[in-house]
Amino acid sequence: MLLIHCPYCDETLPEAEFTYAGEAHVFRPADPSSQTDDQWEGFLFIRANVRGPHYERWRHLHGCGRFFNAVRDTVSDRFLTTYRAGEPRPALATLTEEPK
Amino acid sequence: MSIEVSSLAPGLLAETPVARVSVLPAKARLSLRARGSAAPIAAALGLGLPDRIGRRAAAGAIEAIRLGPDEWTVLAPAEDAARLIAACAALATSHPHSLVDISGREVTLLIEGSKAAELLTLGCPRDIATIPPGEGRRTLFDGATVVLWRDAEDRFHLDVWNSFASHIAQLLETGCKELAAEPA
Repeated sequence: MLLIHCPYCDETLPEAEFTYAGEAHVFRPADPSSQTDDQWEGFLFIRANVRGPHYERWRHLHGCGRFFNAVRDTVSDRFLTTYRAGEPRPALATLTEEPK
Repeated sequence: MSIEVSSLAPGLLAETPVARVSVLPAKARLSLRARGSAAPIAAALGLGLPDRIGRRAAAGAIEAIRLGPDEWTVLAPAEDAARLIAACAALATSHPHSLVDISGREVTLLIEGSKAAELLTLGCPRDIATIPPGEGRRTLFDGATVVLWRDAEDRFHLDVWNSFASHIAQLLETGCKELAAEPA
C-alpha cells in the first residue's frame, strides 16, 4: 500500500484514505464559448499520460476531505512531493535531486 | 422496518474480557464549516475551537473536534443544540458560516478494554498508535468513513453513519470474540 503525505493534515497516511483525481494543473478555459471543438476536446479528454514524474490530483476523502496535488513517479510509484491545491507547480529539478 | 435496520439501540453490543463494545445514547451533533478566523464562532459556542486537524476542545459537556481546514464537529447534550444554533445564527451576516444539525446522521460506539486498539486494526488501515489519547481523526473503517475519538490509551469513540452502523457493529462483535479466543 502506498503511504501518502496529506499537506493539510500534515501526516503520512495509507492510500486507502485517499482517492485519485486525475492530472493536475488542467485549467478550464475562462471563456468556454471562444474555444474550438479541438481545444475543448483537449481540455476535456487529452492527458499527458507521462512515463515518469506525473503531476496529479488526489483527495483525502476519508480524512480532511481536501483535494491536493502530488508528484508521483508512474514507473516506481514513488511520491516525490505533495502540495496544497492552488500552490504553484514545483520544478522537477528540485524534486529529483539526490538527498544530500 | 427501516427503523430496525438503520438505528442501533443504545446498550451493550459485545463484551469479552479483553474488549467491550457498546452503543452510546444519542447526542446533538453539529457540523460547522467556516473560513477565516473562527474566533467569533468559537466565542458564540463558548469553547475554543481547536487549531489543528485532529485536535479536540471541550467546555463542560460541549466538545469539538477539527476534521478539516475549515470543518469542525461539535457534540453537545441534546438540550443545548437549539441554544448553540441560535447563538451562531446571530453571526450569519458578520461571519458567514454553516452550522448544520446532523444529530440523526450517526450513532456513536464506545470501544474499550485492554485490546481496544488492536480491535480497531480489524478495519482501520491507519496506525492507531499515531493517534494520541485526547485527539481524534476522521478515517476509514472497513469501507465506511468514521470519526475515531481516542479518549484514553484503551478507550475510543467511533462515530458511524447509521447506514453503516449495523455492519460495523457486527464486525466489532466478531472481532471481540476473536481477540478473546486468542491464547494469552
